[in-house]
Amino acid sequence: MPVNFNNAFGIHDDALLLFERRTQLLSENIANADTPNYKARDIDFNQVLQQAQNDSVKLRTTNKGHINLSQQAFSSDVQYREVEQSAADGNTVDTQKEKAAFGENALRYQLSMNILTRKIKGLKTAFRGE
Amino acid sequence: MSVFKVFDVAGSGMSAQMLRLNTVASNLANADTISTNENDVYQARHPVFESVMQEQGEMGFSDGLATVRVREIVQEQTMAVPQYRPNHPLANDEGFVFSPAIDSIAEMADMISASRSYQNNVEVLSTAKEMMLRTLQLGQG
Repeated sequence: MPVNFNNAFGIHDDALLLFERRTQLLSENIANADTPNYKARDIDFNQVLQQAQNDSVKLRTTNKGHINLSQQAFSSDVQYREVEQSAADGNTVDTQKEKAAFGENALRYQLSMNILTRKIKGLKTAFRGE
Repeated sequence: MSVFKVFDVAGSGMSAQMLRLNTVASNLANADTISTNENDVYQARHPVFESVMQEQGEMGFSDGLATVRVREIVQEQTMAVPQYRPNHPLANDEGFVFSPAIDSIAEMADMISASRSYQNNVEVLSTAKEMMLRTLQLGQG
């Protein structure tokens, strides 16, 4: 049975890219918590990941110049957060919410990281054949 | 690698909040500064923040990241408060000195807000650092 690294890591390598992107977006929201007219942004995680998983028909990149489309898909799904309580200066950042989302995101990132580490461990054991 | 940008973003937020804290310190320190002339009185300063959207071509993330910048520092245009203190060495011919109309309570509230925002950015920074350290250890152990 050939070992396919894409299958071996499951969704976790895709998920890591997404977590990383989301970390950046949420840190922007927190940094801009006091900036007038700044609108908080985020990614709908489930939707984007599902889309990445369903994207089974991928364009082949046979040349160095070809662009991997699955990474571009992440950038187009950035959405503005819905406003629950509007501020007088037009800022829509709810710091508490952003911090909670940031913490959750970091935890999920570590979870994916742990699973990946274990999978690599398993593969190593298989390679050694001990 | 795009996760390094988190440090840029949080760093810009920290420096903006630090500048805000500096203006608060300046305003509070000068709250009791007295002058002879009505027009020479200290005016409270406040920074105006603005977010800078940066274009970012590589990796296909074209919507860029938003760092914070201090666009300008505005001075309030409030009326000086006259006080009748004829024995004061700085008193004018009519016996008045002028003190700035600084709202100390509002400045204190602003200080706490700036301090909290600064802490939030520091937390973001340390979490991002932890995440990256974990990434470096991927596949080890």
